Amino acid sequence: MSLEEFIELFADELDDTEVNHIAPSTEFKDLGEWDSLAALGIIAMIDEEFEVVVTGSDILKSKTISDLFDLVQERM
Amino acid sequence: MCESLFSLENKNIVVTGASSGLGASIATECSKQGAKLYITGRNSSRLQATYDNLGPGDHNQNVIDLLNEDEIIQYCQELPEIDGLVLCAGILKTLPIKRLSKKAIDEIFQTNLFSSMLIIKTLLKMKKINIGASIVFLSSISVYHADIGNSIYSATKGAIDSFMRVLALETAGRKVTCNCIAPGFVPSRMLESGAIAQDQLREEEKKYPLGFGEPVDIAAGAIYLLSDASRWVTGTILKIDGGVTLK
Repeated sequence: MSLEEFIELFADELDDTEVNHIAPSTEFKDLGEWDSLAALGIIAMIDEEFEVVVTGSDILKSKTISDLFDLVQERM
Repeated sequence: MCESLFSLENKNIVVTGASSGLGASIATECSKQGAKLYITGRNSSRLQATYDNLGPGDHNQNVIDLLNEDEIIQYCQELPEIDGLVLCAGILKTLPIKRLSKKAIDEIFQTNLFSSMLIIKTLLKMKKINIGASIVFLSSISVYHADIGNSIYSATKGAIDSFMRVLALETAGRKVTCNCIAPGFVPSRMLESGAIAQDQLREEEKKYPLGFGEPVDIAAGAIYLLSDASRWVTGTILKIDGGVTLK
């Protein structure tokens, strides 16, 4: 999986954020529609697509999209 | 009535979902009150651990996959006539509604709801539920207290509440009582699976006027509902939640 593919999956999980508004350095918790439901959706997406378990505190600790991508890569 | 109101002496009691969490605690505490236990679970080593913790007596354990209807019916055939049934088997998957899959819906409903319906239906048909027996379902305060990601779990528990009330009516003629326990958040294995972080747990606990409960707090309610002390109590939902739903 590439970082670009990960960003696409991430954007697809959100309702109103276009993929071209998300970059590896995007601090996803600053996105306008980010909330705990979005976090649950991302956790479920990562579980389903990569069979990797990330927890709520992993999400809290990650700042940027690429932090999260790295975490998923490490656990694959 | 038995001399001790809350005694479970000479009662055959079945506990499903006894391999972990609340089910394990309920089985252990019931055995201490003198019941003869028939415990089931899906994980053989954890079920064995529950079995090893049971008080004195000649108890039974069976590993059952509640997703397999043939296994359920086979199990019911092997059971003797029973005085108590505690339906604790349950799974929780935290998923936003838009990420639900048919597979997840089927799995949660089969484990939390359909398997219990099938066990009860089968035992009734086989005339294995004694006069004056007690049936106790594990419901949840999540029926009334919505939380994101909990849709299917809550839906199964709401359905259990409704099913219980009809069952209570249909079995009252034989003095069978049917009730639910709606526990608040009791940290247990199901919840420690990783999806809920420790810091989130600490935040959650602040909402509980009495703090989080322990499995034994739920087991105490089950003992009451299984004992002769509650012989005139049917169709109720007993909240045991540390006061979290007061607010």
